[in-house]
Amino acid sequence: MDLMKVNKTAFMTNEALQNLISSWIPELEFTEEGSQFLNITVKPEQLHTLMSQLKSNIETSFDYLFCLSGIDWEPKLGVVYHLESTKHRHIIVVKISTEDRENPTFDSVCDIWKTAEFHEREVFDFFGIKFNNHPNLKRLFLTEEWEGFPLRKDYVDEINMVIK
Amino acid sequence: MDTTIKNSNLKSEEYFINMGPQHPATHGVLRLLLTIDGEIIKKVEPDLGYIHRSIEKMCERDSYQQIVHLTDRMDYLSSHINNEAVCLAVENALQLEVTERVKVIRTIIGELTRIASHTLWWGVMGMDVGALTTYFYGFRDREMINDIFEETCGARLTMNYNLPGGLMFDIHPNFVKRTKEFIAHFKTKLPEYDTLLTGNVIFQKRMKGVGILSKEDAISFGASGPVGRGSGYSCDVRKHHPYSALDKVTFNEVLKTEGDSFARYQVRIQEMWESMSIIEQLIDNIPEGDYQTATNAVIKLPKGEFYQKVETARGELGVYIVSTGTKNPYRLKFRSPGFSNLSLLNHIAVGGKIGDLVASMATLDLVIPDIDR
Repeated sequence: MDLMKVNKTAFMTNEALQNLISSWIPELEFTEEGSQFLNITVKPEQLHTLMSQLKSNIETSFDYLFCLSGIDWEPKLGVVYHLESTKHRHIIVVKISTEDRENPTFDSVCDIWKTAEFHEREVFDFFGIKFNNHPNLKRLFLTEEWEGFPLRKDYVDEINMVIK
Repeated sequence: MDTTIKNSNLKSEEYFINMGPQHPATHGVLRLLLTIDGEIIKKVEPDLGYIHRSIEKMCERDSYQQIVHLTDRMDYLSSHINNEAVCLAVENALQLEVTERVKVIRTIIGELTRIASHTLWWGVMGMDVGALTTYFYGFRDREMINDIFEETCGARLTMNYNLPGGLMFDIHPNFVKRTKEFIAHFKTKLPEYDTLLTGNVIFQKRMKGVGILSKEDAISFGASGPVGRGSGYSCDVRKHHPYSALDKVTFNEVLKTEGDSFARYQVRIQEMWESMSIIEQLIDNIPEGDYQTATNAVIKLPKGEFYQKVETARGELGVYIVSTGTKNPYRLKFRSPGFSNLSLLNHIAVGGKIGDLVASMATLDLVIPDIDR
């Protein structure tokens, strides 16, 4: 009985994490290939549900969003979330992507982790990815008049960019 | 005629003021847009990008050896640790084992960097709250470390001492001697910091109970380094994900639970003692061996994703490399500690006065090129 209790709030292996998380939402894709962490690919409409579960569930309790990166996987645009639990010290990576380059939009997670507010603004600034329910979504580093999104692979700036 | 002022006719209005980008307390080109009601802060909105160089985009066209040099220019006070982060990420991706000698030297110089950064922080933070002398004391002690770096690395600030596979060159014959001299010197000088500033009543009144950050908020805002540890949040990467020779040394993770500016101040002062202890454990036993493990002239990482976190003087620096198997990264993201620490400034400053904002901001120890990248 005591052992059960210990297991409830302890470090979880990637396998245990995968078993638990796939029981919440069945259609998730898991992979550990080419990465030191467990990677989950989630559909945009399920992102917010999954993320709030990952944080609030007592066994996972991913309370620390330590990295949020935009990425241009031509032709898809996506966001990668690196999560860690400060209680159990396990780490997981959540990925999301869309083929819509004109108007890419995902749900914001800044109601779950406050740090996401700034990070999502950075992603919006450099990749043009919009986030629903973000309180203050505007450019962070670049000026409002800036055209285009510099970290996209198809961004062209013949004057300022040195291409080798 | 009735000349008395009726209270009901008076109204207060919110207004904006600009703090920076050329304000001395912002330590660089950070502009804060303050919404003020009287002297009470209603909102702090940082305006970033004045020193943005798009290092992440530049990395996509550079080789892995070249990227190391760009990282000096992010958090320039932790340049050695930034270099180390990229090198560790590349080495892990290549599954390249560096020699024990390299690990120990990297750790010693990393901790010297931390002390140098903290002494500079202490100097300018005293200056921010009106204690001008601290600036000279801080720079005096940092100067000795810079001299050690100059001798061994050839540079005082942007050191470029690391490269994937090891170090650029071996340590200078004087390195061990001068490091020991510095430790002996600094052990007598660090208590002076306390007598000069820590115990000062005026200083304590500016610091205690100001800019309070709870542990829950610290985690939620992604705070790291002394900012997180001042709120009782155990976030030292050196403890939780040790790298280089940090698994061979014993040191305490400094934690304070008050969460105010004074707690963050005390964490940094205490950390300098811990860093000295780490250096002392290693300095006499630098293993013999090569200072470099040969790599290919053109480094190609295998296809995949690699993440490395290290503890800089400001907190957790993350290097996230996405590789497609070519000589350049497909995407490289730096998770900078200052960026997340800045995001909580609004939270801790609202409701306080402008003077308190300066004091709280000083204890966040922001380096703007680290935020802007």
